[in-house]
Amino acid sequence: MALDKNGIAQRIAQEIQDGFYVNLGIGIPTLVANYIPENIAVEFQSENGILGMGPFPVAGQEDADLINAGKQTITSLPGASFFDSAMSFGMIRGKHVDLTILGAMEVSEKGDIANWKIPGKMVKGMGGAMDLVASAENIIVAMMHTNRQGDSKLLPKCSLPLTGVACVKKIVTELAVLEIQPEGFLLCERAPGVSVAQIKAATAGKLIIPEEVPEMRV
Amino acid sequence: MIDKTVATVTAAVADVSDGMTLMFGGFGLCGIPENAIQELVRLNPKNLCCISNNAGVDDFGLGLLLQQKQVKKMISSYVGENAEFERQMLSGELEVELTPQGTLAEKCRAAQAGIPAFFTPAGYGTEVAEGKETRIFNGKPHVMETAFQADFAFVKAWKGDVAGNLIFKGTARNFNPLMCGAAKITVVEVEELLPAGALDPNQIHIPGILVDRIFQGVNFEKRIEQRTVQN
Repeated sequence: MALDKNGIAQRIAQEIQDGFYVNLGIGIPTLVANYIPENIAVEFQSENGILGMGPFPVAGQEDADLINAGKQTITSLPGASFFDSAMSFGMIRGKHVDLTILGAMEVSEKGDIANWKIPGKMVKGMGGAMDLVASAENIIVAMMHTNRQGDSKLLPKCSLPLTGVACVKKIVTELAVLEIQPEGFLLCERAPGVSVAQIKAATAGKLIIPEEVPEMRV
Repeated sequence: MIDKTVATVTAAVADVSDGMTLMFGGFGLCGIPENAIQELVRLNPKNLCCISNNAGVDDFGLGLLLQQKQVKKMISSYVGENAEFERQMLSGELEVELTPQGTLAEKCRAAQAGIPAFFTPAGYGTEVAEGKETRIFNGKPHVMETAFQADFAFVKAWKGDVAGNLIFKGTARNFNPLMCGAAKITVVEVEELLPAGALDPNQIHIPGILVDRIFQGVNFEKRIEQRTVQN
């Protein structure tokens, strides 16, 4: 059965290692924070200017001066720090943030990503996404395999305006875990009960299928 | 000690005029200069170019200037959640220059620090890089970006002293420190204006040399855009 959004987040959480500083984008990536094993130390960065971001506050404890990049009220954990936007993107461009997890509208088999603009329809802006994808060494995309119309979001070439080129390393969808290889999307894992044929049907870009495709453990 | 205080927001903002380029601190509605924005609404200068990470919401923040059609051009990284903004943009009334957030921050910092231009990897290979010089450093392509040139910077700080030294709070810091000294005139409103000597010099985020005018802000609403709590 295909995963739900929490399942995608749960699988991505397995990629996070002890000692990682992690930037989580808006949407499914935000859910990843719910699945971090208790025995590892991780700090979350939000690009509006905090390291050591904690959970949402309890009702009545909201602070207008303490929000995440999605403008939601948050808390800070012991050891947290606040900083300005130049410092924040300095630590991103300077590769001090170990892992970036973000959503996408399209990913190409070369690792290009589009997630900020649908010409004529939606122009909200790129926020920090272009800085993040241009610099991060380790980028995981969390997204659904197909869009609402049922069209594949894993393409030979992005059709929407790009956010960055050749930057995505790994993609986790409700159907599969895939890695970007020079030859295309390498199918690494499939969601429990999902067949390789289903994944192939939902992938428009070149899919490399190994002999054995293990099931995700979620 | 050089005293940077002005008595009121009216005095601080009085010389803003039509066609100027204005910087506004804040991320979303967090840390925005509410007093200066209200005064600009009252003063009603037109054809403004506004530099701000976001464009407020329909009835608060920079959305108030948009409602009165005071803004000709907006330079931002993210402009969602504002219906009037979207309408003006799609109808062509409003010119919008979308800029990656880190580049926006660095364009402020560069202006503050007297650096005319810099190279960043952000936006390479995208429409943001169109028409801009690119260069390869250490095998990786970068895009040349230039410092902002602005007439006024409007900043919100938590505490300040009469010498213009500033301390920010939480994530309300964001773009505010970077805009100090990044325009011809920097106007700062604070929640708490203190006498010289009241702030520990070790704790100051922005030294007063980067501030031209400071005043005690009033009636801060500090609206929360996405109130989110634990279940």
